[in-house]
Amino acid sequence: MQEAELKTRQFEKVLAIIEEHQSQRSRLITILQQVQHEYRYLPQEVLTYIATALDMPVAEVYGVATFYAHFTLNPKGKYVIKVCNGTACHVKGSMKLVDVLFDKLKLNEQKNTTDDMLFTVETVSCLGACGLAPVMVINESVYGQVDGKKAGEIIDEIVAKEGGVS
Amino acid sequence: MIDVATKTLEMVTEDYKKSIESITKKVIICAGTGCIASGALEVFEAFKTEIESQGLDVIIDLHKEKDHNKEHFHLSESGCQGFCAMGPLVNIYPDKVLYVKVTPTDVKEIVETTLMNHDVVERLLYKNPTTGDINRNHEEIPFYKRQKRVVLGECGYVDPEDIEEYISHGGYLAARKAYAEMTDVEVCQTILASGLRGRGGGGFPTGKKWEFARIENNEKKYVICNGDEGDPGAFMDRSLMEGNPHRVLEGMMIAAKGIGADEAYVYVRLEYPLAVKRMKLAIEDAMEAGILGENIFGTGKTLHIHVMEGAGAFVCGEETALMSSIEGKRGMPSPKPPFPAKCGLYGKPTIINNVETLAAVPLILRNGSDWFRENGTATSAGTKTFALTGHVANTGLIEVPFGTTLREIVYNIGGGVTDDAGNVTGEGFKAVQIGGPSGGCLTEAELDLPLDYDNLIKVGAMVGSGGLVVMNKQTCMVQIARFFMEFTQNESCGKCVPCREGTKQMLSMLDSVIDGSANQRTLDLLQETGEVIKMASLCGLGKTAPSPVLSTMEKFRGEYESHIINKVCPTSNCKALAVITIDAELCIGCTACARKCPVHAISGEKKQLHTIDPLICTKCGICASVCKFNAVIGF
Repeated sequence: MQEAELKTRQFEKVLAIIEEHQSQRSRLITILQQVQHEYRYLPQEVLTYIATALDMPVAEVYGVATFYAHFTLNPKGKYVIKVCNGTACHVKGSMKLVDVLFDKLKLNEQKNTTDDMLFTVETVSCLGACGLAPVMVINESVYGQVDGKKAGEIIDEIVAKEGGVS
Repeated sequence: MIDVATKTLEMVTEDYKKSIESITKKVIICAGTGCIASGALEVFEAFKTEIESQGLDVIIDLHKEKDHNKEHFHLSESGCQGFCAMGPLVNIYPDKVLYVKVTPTDVKEIVETTLMNHDVVERLLYKNPTTGDINRNHEEIPFYKRQKRVVLGECGYVDPEDIEEYISHGGYLAARKAYAEMTDVEVCQTILASGLRGRGGGGFPTGKKWEFARIENNEKKYVICNGDEGDPGAFMDRSLMEGNPHRVLEGMMIAAKGIGADEAYVYVRLEYPLAVKRMKLAIEDAMEAGILGENIFGTGKTLHIHVMEGAGAFVCGEETALMSSIEGKRGMPSPKPPFPAKCGLYGKPTIINNVETLAAVPLILRNGSDWFRENGTATSAGTKTFALTGHVANTGLIEVPFGTTLREIVYNIGGGVTDDAGNVTGEGFKAVQIGGPSGGCLTEAELDLPLDYDNLIKVGAMVGSGGLVVMNKQTCMVQIARFFMEFTQNESCGKCVPCREGTKQMLSMLDSVIDGSANQRTLDLLQETGEVIKMASLCGLGKTAPSPVLSTMEKFRGEYESHIINKVCPTSNCKALAVITIDAELCIGCTACARKCPVHAISGEKKQLHTIDPLICTKCGICASVCKFNAVIGF
């Protein structure tokens, strides 16, 4: 019962977003961005719902959602750590930084979200802060000239703030 | 709030100047993405608190009522000043002092020394890493002194969130001139005469592009500003949108007048949230001031500008793909012709210009096309911004006239090449990668080549968006080629076969070079595949994808051959080719490595020299990590 209630409420939010864009198909990307912002990922039933509301095939919505790197069909952690692997960061050792994070959070390329849903580690092509390479971004905060030690400290800080042991 | 219907731009300027009359000192803190990451906002807050606690008057919002008989300090944020590695940057005017790497704890001293007295805190000034000289400000620091900042001019000085300050620097006068005094033909002709070429990569003459769209007979036309700066290692568009968003808008307005468009889009990549925020705010402010919107400067013309955020696809930097993305579809390119100028967004005539191109436009209208041609070479007029990064002492955003040599950029502006530890070395230069994943490498032989569109094409590279990544002698060029190939392979949209399959094949061939399984034929096959992808791909992404590989193969063939024939990576970067040995002098025979080796490749008695059997060794690196005496060498 409670679950059903939850679902209706979720769709209300989606509906509000779709209405904000007057159900225009051309606004699909913006709609998906806002929906993802709401849930931190794009749940399958929501994609179906959006397709119906915009009167377009689910396959097309799915096609757009899977084309762009920003969209994810799986839930991400509360803290999304994006390690920049642009040219400048790459030549300054950003992949070593990824290894340190993977090591510390017991993650790997296939499994990049921690079980407690606190962290997701991913690489991005370029954050445009090349002067500070290597760079990583956690949610909205940019960290420059990060080495393995600094990365570890940042993670510890977040874990301490969340009051957990990761 | 200002309103140009009742108040001319000149009156706004007048009022602005009056409002800053009582200001005795102005503190400008760089608030570009780089400096914010280094803590610029905390420094800003510290200044505010410190000035107030000293009982002085600090102004952040100029429009607030203030006592004109009193002295004031103006605390302001600016966009990116380009010297990102030295951030947070703090400028103090009229003293003209630039402090670098300022932390909140330094603020008290700055306020007491420089704001209240006219002294300088010497330890916070820039110190030249090679000469040890201490420089007081932009006019002395070689990084700035040797640049020619035209397009970036106001970037880093004006407050990007204050439309009045932009106007007081002559802003929107060019837009008014275009709308109120010039015909569409004149606008296009002026831009054509200036010789301005697209700053986004290809270098197509901007005036010509506009003219193609102008002559189309259609009620509806669009202008698109391409801010989908996806090239890894480039951030000039980000800096412009963050640092001087009104200039970009003004450029778009002039473009719209030139071709007869009434609607425009700024497509900004998602990774630039601050640029999105500032562009949106600039549009709002310009709308409110009556500069944008309906009846522009009383001419009856309309222009509405929207900001569209990308969703993380490099291919959307390609114009036809970008338009698909604005339409809400998968960002896949389509064949040209028809060119966007004929049939673009929603099938209407559309021009797409890069951010930097549009930012140059108001200056051309303000100062004339001859003025613009004063800088640059015969075929490449004006200045160009470059993102100077990698193994170079001064990383950051620079602007130089076309025709400047690489030597000037790397050694004089950049301050020289650094080794992996970050120290400047005289002999370290190996190559510069220019133009990102579409570009190529320049070597020592090309250090004195004047950089412009045509010269770069001749040597197998391109201006591209302007990323300049300096690489030192410790960099493996095969790895660099692989890095770019992995990037384009990942970003290939998959529409056309040569790009989709070809990049995959090239990547696996490069992998075989790196892991030592390649043979002599691999190089020929790489070359051949590259040529085919170049010829047969649909869009710019595919057509230029092989460039980094072909360019490094041509210029560093010896390095490729060494990997293939001798099975040696000359820079010892390729793990699979590493020869792992134990140093006889350093090894004390503690047996730690032998006990940890997962494949039992290490043998040796206690307190005796240990040896690694290369046939069994998998080069996992565990031995090196457990050895306390750094005796395992080769990694």
